[in-house]
Amino acid sequence: MEKITKILEKYPFVQRENLIPVLQDIQNELGYLTEEAVEQVSKYLDLPASKIYSLATFYSKFRFEPRGKYHIVICRGTSCHIQGATHLINKTYEFTGLQSGETTRDGLFSLEVVPCMSACGFGPIMAVNDSYYTELNEDKLKEIIDFYKESEE
Amino acid sequence: MNENHYNSYKEFLIREILNKPEKELNKETRDILYKIRRDKILRPVITLSYTSGSLIAGAQETYETIKRYLDEREIDADLIKTGSFGITSAEPVMDVQMPGKAKVTFSRVVPEKVIDILDAIFNNFVPEEYLLGQHQNHLHEPWEKLPFIDDIPFLSYQKRVITKNCGKINPFSIEEYIAYDGYQNFLKAINNYTPEEVCDIVERAGLRGRGGEGYPTGKKWKNTLASPAEQRYLICNAGESDPGASMERTIMESDPHSVIEAIAISSYALGAQKAYIYVEGEYETACERIQKAIDDAKSYGILGHDIFSSGFNLNIQLFRGAGAYVCGEETALIASLEGKRGMPRPKPPYPSQKGLFGQPTTVNNMETLLNIPVIISHGPNWYKSLGTDESSGSKVFSLSGRIDRAGLVEIPMGTTLRDIIYKIGGGLPESKELKGVLIGGPAGGVMTYEHLDYKIDYESVKSVGGALGSGGIVVMDDNTCIIDTVKYYMNFLQKESCGKCIPCREGIRRMYEILDNISKKPSDENGHTTLQRFKGVMHLEKLANVTRDTSLCGLGQRAANPVLSTLRWYRDEYEEHIFERKCRAGVCQDLRTFYIDVDKCTGCTICAKKCPTGAILGTPKHPHFIVQEKCIGCGICYESCKFAAIISK
Repeated sequence: MEKITKILEKYPFVQRENLIPVLQDIQNELGYLTEEAVEQVSKYLDLPASKIYSLATFYSKFRFEPRGKYHIVICRGTSCHIQGATHLINKTYEFTGLQSGETTRDGLFSLEVVPCMSACGFGPIMAVNDSYYTELNEDKLKEIIDFYKESEE
Repeated sequence: MNENHYNSYKEFLIREILNKPEKELNKETRDILYKIRRDKILRPVITLSYTSGSLIAGAQETYETIKRYLDEREIDADLIKTGSFGITSAEPVMDVQMPGKAKVTFSRVVPEKVIDILDAIFNNFVPEEYLLGQHQNHLHEPWEKLPFIDDIPFLSYQKRVITKNCGKINPFSIEEYIAYDGYQNFLKAINNYTPEEVCDIVERAGLRGRGGEGYPTGKKWKNTLASPAEQRYLICNAGESDPGASMERTIMESDPHSVIEAIAISSYALGAQKAYIYVEGEYETACERIQKAIDDAKSYGILGHDIFSSGFNLNIQLFRGAGAYVCGEETALIASLEGKRGMPRPKPPYPSQKGLFGQPTTVNNMETLLNIPVIISHGPNWYKSLGTDESSGSKVFSLSGRIDRAGLVEIPMGTTLRDIIYKIGGGLPESKELKGVLIGGPAGGVMTYEHLDYKIDYESVKSVGGALGSGGIVVMDDNTCIIDTVKYYMNFLQKESCGKCIPCREGIRRMYEILDNISKKPSDENGHTTLQRFKGVMHLEKLANVTRDTSLCGLGQRAANPVLSTLRWYRDEYEEHIFERKCRAGVCQDLRTFYIDVDKCTGCTICAKKCPTGAILGTPKHPHFIVQEKCIGCGICYESCKFAAIISK
């Protein structure tokens, strides 16, 4: 709560136009938009919470679930798609049960599929937290996910 | 080179360069400029490309390895992060410059190569196996018998106008940008021209919007300028969000000040005192560099109140987008900036009359704006001479897919597709045959092998059913399935459709379903499934036409482009999918047919056990066979066979 108050204090003359930046700041701080946060913003902005949800669900970058310990980002740009990224996304579902925007129940993994990571020469690409993996294939993907799974055991 | 090093030049640059309209550079001034530009150096300088593309390729580890190398050997050298000059497949790119000698550039500098390269070059020897080329500079002595970087095919066919600084300068330093004649065009504009004159020059140059349909920029500006208002806004749309194009991101990360200068001149021309730059929030690196550039420009007095005593005020604000493809549409972008759902609204009123907060607003693509300083600097006639009659200037493309040298490419309008793919891009890997290219992203179209000699400009791309769009070129070879690719685009667009108007919301979804249907095997052979599927395709064309004609905004109107243009050029492949249930590229998984090679099969029964539909029959230790009627084409047998006895056709 205090964290959110602090963020809101940065926007003293807050208007509707600040809504997206406010929500972005909150997400950067907490990792996702909690119910309490949305309520607090709604009171501060004098805007119904439903309106805030209507906005937040429209944009793909807002999350409503916490990130997993290992946040997987897979590129699904056209170039990566041609090199087989879609197949890898299906395989990720097979290995972890995750679809884009979801987090596993044990909080270990979360998945995000993004349009382009701008390294088209090395596709398909994925990132786990801050480590990048390039020129992926199914075996490599399995290896990487297993590696993170095992590092927890 | 640390920050203080640059700071010591601040006063000098403001006094001698920015505040003197008529410049006569004396020797002392020139010497300082040489120093900032690193033309004259006293100790070795190593620069490393440091953009999101090179970071994925491992630039951070390379950077640390170089740093460790220098520290361990106590070598007195500068290590600087720069932008990227374009070939993403060559990242990370490292330049090394020894005092007095020409700068040399190395590609794919992974940490293991660092010691090799640096050991050699500090002993006055250039390891040619890693070399891209050396740079020409009359102040430096060239290395003997080494190729020049401007002669390598990737660069020699390009015409770098708006990307000229990319990879050369330090994106964190405003001083370097100024030393390379930065902000001179902004000064020229505010000191010599009225806003109307700038609009005139832009109109005469024939600049057209790079984002979409190619509307003349000068005309658009005049419309905004003609609307009386106290406050006008300029919005620079730098959120490309096109999956498969990354040139705007690369430019922002490599040369952020050029973006600021472009916005500054354009705001002056429009009489806008406030400008927004909309960047996809996901592009963290780009956002950081743009923000730093804005802050630095403010501290130099280039932005703010009464800029260089001209009476012109300007404030630029960075807006981080929250991820919506539809925000490429200007009215949706405005809604997003106002803190609403990014949904487009019907026009008129056009944003030039009633835009952001009800005030006259111009929304321009970032690449369009980047052309403005060039036009101011070289004049409209020079600019027109670049390119074709109808489309002047140059165009930046992001080349990717099945290509040898993927990356950022800038060519004059009118360059042929063949030159782009084979000369600049180096052709397809393993000398595969070109099937076609996707041009202009999800809302673009395809060009086939037959169009290789087409000159690329707005008109020619339109004539084959595509759109120049934001400028992504994705190269396809035999292993790419057209249906699958169009399906991918439709899937992308149906998710990104805002849902406001019915043709777009429903039409794209239905097109996706039809495509999904023809890339699967029918559930049964009875009835009229084939006829149904054929009807699907008949409807596909009609549906695409209706979606194009009746959608509210550009997203829906252009969503049909990939379907219509592939139907036009690759009809045989559609028919093959429908009638023969065959995908010649082997991409549509559900259409694959599997056979067992009797000679190779040992009868181990693994495939029969794993088959989910019990379609594989046979006795142990004897060759098995697949009952095609039962097979659903999942490929589990193919993946599980240890003897490569299962063949996919």
